[in-house]
Amino acid sequence: MAESYRRSQWSNGLFVLPYLAVFVVLLAFPLFWGVWLSLHKVDLFGPGRFVGLANYGRVLVDPVFLQALRNTIVFVLVSVPVLVALGLFLALALNRTTRMTSFLRGLFFSSSVLSVTIVTLIWRFVFIPGDGLLAVLSEALSVQPVNFLSTSGWSLFSVGVATVWWCIGLPMMLFLAALQQIPNDLYEAAALDNASPWRVLTRVTVPSIARTIMLVAVIQIVMQFQLFGQAQLMTNGGPNGTSRPLVMYIYEVGFLRWDVGKAAAASELLFLIILVAAMAQYVVSARKSEASE
Amino acid sequence: MSASIEITDVTKRYGELTVLDDISLSIRAGEFVVILGPSGCGKSTLLRMIAGLEDVTKGSISVGERRVDTLPPGQRGVAMVFQSYALYPHMTVAQNMSFGLENIGLPKAEIQRRVLQAAATLEIAHLLGRKPAKLSGGQRQRVAIGRAIVKEPKAFLFDEPLSNLDAALRGRTRLELAQLHTRLGSTMIFVTHDQVEAMTLADRIVILHNRRIEQIGTPMEIYQRPASRFVAGFVGSPAMNFFPVESATSNGEMLTIQTGGLGSVGAVIRPPSRFSLSGASLGIRAEDVTVLPAGQPGIPLKAEVVERLGDRTLIYGHLTDGTKLTVEADGRSEARSGDMVQIALDTSAIHLFDAAGAAHHGEGG
Repeated sequence: MAESYRRSQWSNGLFVLPYLAVFVVLLAFPLFWGVWLSLHKVDLFGPGRFVGLANYGRVLVDPVFLQALRNTIVFVLVSVPVLVALGLFLALALNRTTRMTSFLRGLFFSSSVLSVTIVTLIWRFVFIPGDGLLAVLSEALSVQPVNFLSTSGWSLFSVGVATVWWCIGLPMMLFLAALQQIPNDLYEAAALDNASPWRVLTRVTVPSIARTIMLVAVIQIVMQFQLFGQAQLMTNGGPNGTSRPLVMYIYEVGFLRWDVGKAAAASELLFLIILVAAMAQYVVSARKSEASE
Repeated sequence: MSASIEITDVTKRYGELTVLDDISLSIRAGEFVVILGPSGCGKSTLLRMIAGLEDVTKGSISVGERRVDTLPPGQRGVAMVFQSYALYPHMTVAQNMSFGLENIGLPKAEIQRRVLQAAATLEIAHLLGRKPAKLSGGQRQRVAIGRAIVKEPKAFLFDEPLSNLDAALRGRTRLELAQLHTRLGSTMIFVTHDQVEAMTLADRIVILHNRRIEQIGTPMEIYQRPASRFVAGFVGSPAMNFFPVESATSNGEMLTIQTGGLGSVGAVIRPPSRFSLSGASLGIRAEDVTVLPAGQPGIPLKAEVVERLGDRTLIYGHLTDGTKLTVEADGRSEARSGDMVQIALDTSAIHLFDAAGAAHHGEGG
């Protein structure tokens, strides 16, 4: 019996084999290969040469990398709170079942299914100087038009607006799902407890969905650190690299200048930054909820 | 502190569906009223309308001298204990209890005084720092009551608060609620479908059935002089025995009723002159039927199932014509299933119901 038990234990492992194979080939292997590449001077056309941490040194002193890093951090610091707050606001506003709210939920979510090319095309129509929507509006209002896509500061802002518009569907849906899990009798108890709408929001609703707020924040931190398509297509990182994100830097170094080792080093640094940011968010939230326990 | 509650001609409709129809009820200050009824009779809806969680379609509700049915829940001066307790899961016990008081801007010292006092009363002072997830069902139940007490409300509303507790705890909490009522002297309205809770807790019971109040009375009135066949069948365990009336003759004093199975039964009941026999039924409770000692002549009953409950024995059987009858016999009864026993009725405890269900009782019943 012990023998058959041991054998059945071993064969149980076969059930996870398909997943494990895909995981190893598509995730684990590239991760380690990336680390290996980052330690070599390599250009995709021939065998690489081991250079230790030299690639990391080159990346960290590269002013273009530092500028892209700053751009990306600013972008994440602004876009993630906006996505969380706006997603929560929309979810609260649409958390009832009428035909209108169902329609609006679909409408707000619909932008998420568009590809980045369509999204940037739409927002180019809005921001482009001369014939863009904002240019026409400022002309009608006799205001000096801003050249959103090619003015330092405004270009990253424009990318941010398009990104929030594109990404708002998921946070909204996650928040809606969480809101619908809150038992209605908590709200009834709050009504009998004379709680104002603001007190209900801050003392009942938000604490009840704290875990979802953390989840949305972590997902968005991870996603927004990987900003690329919108910046590439709307501003091409310009002007003067003021809207160039880290992934675009990696792309340019790796695929335009063929310095694959350096690009891999930058990728590993981005990976570490995302890991630390997401973990920091998690640890802070966990500590907060522990402190309140 | 406690206040009377006046419910006048209250109707509740959801679209075409009428849930409560023209309900009127006066509750005295300090009274413990239990609203009893089967599932779906609208008893919780009535309680929620008093609390302000449901709108009143028609009619009015007053607490004390003040009409409240147009006020928001928090301003009605009532506190409610929910079936699910509805404690705020992310707040500690102390925060749960003080939340309502903070909302009305009570000074911190006063809030703390009330919370500590209520916690001492309910013996939950050692739990004040814990969150609901770390409490047992019984402890949560006390916190929910504590949250109501600190508000010093004019009336307490309980929505089946014992139904989530196990049997032993339910019995103990029932006793504690009765003691709490004596100590606080507050008006309490308690909704339940459990007749034991109703009988043991209530000053008066309100029986709701089919959108209307079927009967209002003390537990003994409800049990001994049920106003309708529904009440007679709903209250009491085992349920009352009913027999169709075939004919009846009256000699002015005594009514002789002919039923299938029981044969001819004499009862001291004076039904109204317009009483119609068609559809009428006779009712008698199991404890008003006695098993005669062997050898004495009576009505023969074939015992099918015998339940021995220790202090009493329930005999479920059928009469010669197949009519079912339940008898409550002594705990020491030796009847076994399959036995043929002789029974007798206490004719003073017979109830007569007309086709519409209205009851007529004997003088002794």
